[in-house]
Amino acid sequence: MSKSQEWPSWEVFTQNKNGEAHEHAGNVHAPDAEIALMNARDVYGRRQEAVNIWVVPSTAITASTPEDVGSFFDPANDKMYRWPNYFKTPDGIKQI
Amino acid sequence: MENQLTAEEITKREMEFDAKIAKGIVVEPKDWMPDRYRKQLLRMMSQHAHSEVVGMLPEGNWLTRAPSLMRKAVLLAKIQDEAGHGLYIYSAAETLGTDRAEMIDQLLSGHAKYSSIFNYPTLNWADMGAIGWLVDGAAIVNQTVLAKCSYGPYSRAMVRICKEENFHNKQGYQIMAYLMKGTKEQQEMAQDAMNRFWWPSLMMFGPHDTNSPNSGDLMKWKVKLQTNDDLRQRFIDRTVPQAEAIGLKIPDPDLKWNPQTRHYDFGEINWEEFNNVIKGNGPCNRLRMKQRRDAHENGAWVRSAALAYAEKHGK
Repeated sequence: MSKSQEWPSWEVFTQNKNGEAHEHAGNVHAPDAEIALMNARDVYGRRQEAVNIWVVPSTAITASTPEDVGSFFDPANDKMYRWPNYFKTPDGIKQI
Repeated sequence: MENQLTAEEITKREMEFDAKIAKGIVVEPKDWMPDRYRKQLLRMMSQHAHSEVVGMLPEGNWLTRAPSLMRKAVLLAKIQDEAGHGLYIYSAAETLGTDRAEMIDQLLSGHAKYSSIFNYPTLNWADMGAIGWLVDGAAIVNQTVLAKCSYGPYSRAMVRICKEENFHNKQGYQIMAYLMKGTKEQQEMAQDAMNRFWWPSLMMFGPHDTNSPNSGDLMKWKVKLQTNDDLRQRFIDRTVPQAEAIGLKIPDPDLKWNPQTRHYDFGEINWEEFNNVIKGNGPCNRLRMKQRRDAHENGAWVRSAALAYAEKHGK
């Protein structure tokens, strides 16, 4: 059996309905963007799960790495004052 | 990456990994994981994906002979779902760093396994009912648990699959229920399908726990959350009342409700048959592999033509 050249991989993002964000669904293999969209529709949208689909070549995605999770997200860790409940307000104050 | 780490570092990371799993933290593709975790997952997921794909063949056998246009449309949709399920799982398995083409090569060359249930023939229309109801029913019991497994992409694929699998289960049961309300011949046809598919469905859960070599690690790493025997029991407990409700008999003289354990007791599975089918000597092993290879080879020109077109038009 000859192992022919394979179709590249595309990441699929589906929007469930208008007003919602696109969410990662999985991947498909396709020779080009057009067929990737059709495959994505058949694989991830058989039950009206999508009103809109994005396909992106898998190689085009740059992701942060778990090894760097500490230092990379560190700037957010010591700024608890970004949450409103960090601040105490006098008793009896409402609507703030 | 592994070879850059000293043995000491690997042991340390493995302990951290085990602690993470014990805390219920889900593992994502780029996280460090023990080599054996990756290998076991890949073995399990590729086997699962192959089962979905090969599983289309026994049902495809009845597409042109479905008794009505509606039955045909439903069966077609069900089979399309199985293709989709195969793709969800291949997609999840690819996150472990193995290309789908490589997994498919392993299937076609006979190196990878798929569920032995699909090596049984589909001899009459009622088999479509038995497969949807029993085979997909057993798959649901298995997959509902897998949806909570420790590997993120696999768990997400399972959530998606479980949502769709209930349709398969119900359409199968409805075929059986409908036949059981029909003529004597139709009832016998349904019972015949039941007789042939009951035991192989129980075998789908794999060997006894005492005889399941991979279970220990898989349970520790929460790739498996319940044992083969527990899942099998759950399937039996939920299926027997469904059979009784439509007048089908379970082909097991030892099957009986046990009020003490609140479970059904059942007879011993024919493990010799199970092992024989796994070894490749089931009724349809060779046919299924031939059908898969033919489909792959016959579609090769489409795959290369589409690729050539994309390259030519600079897409």
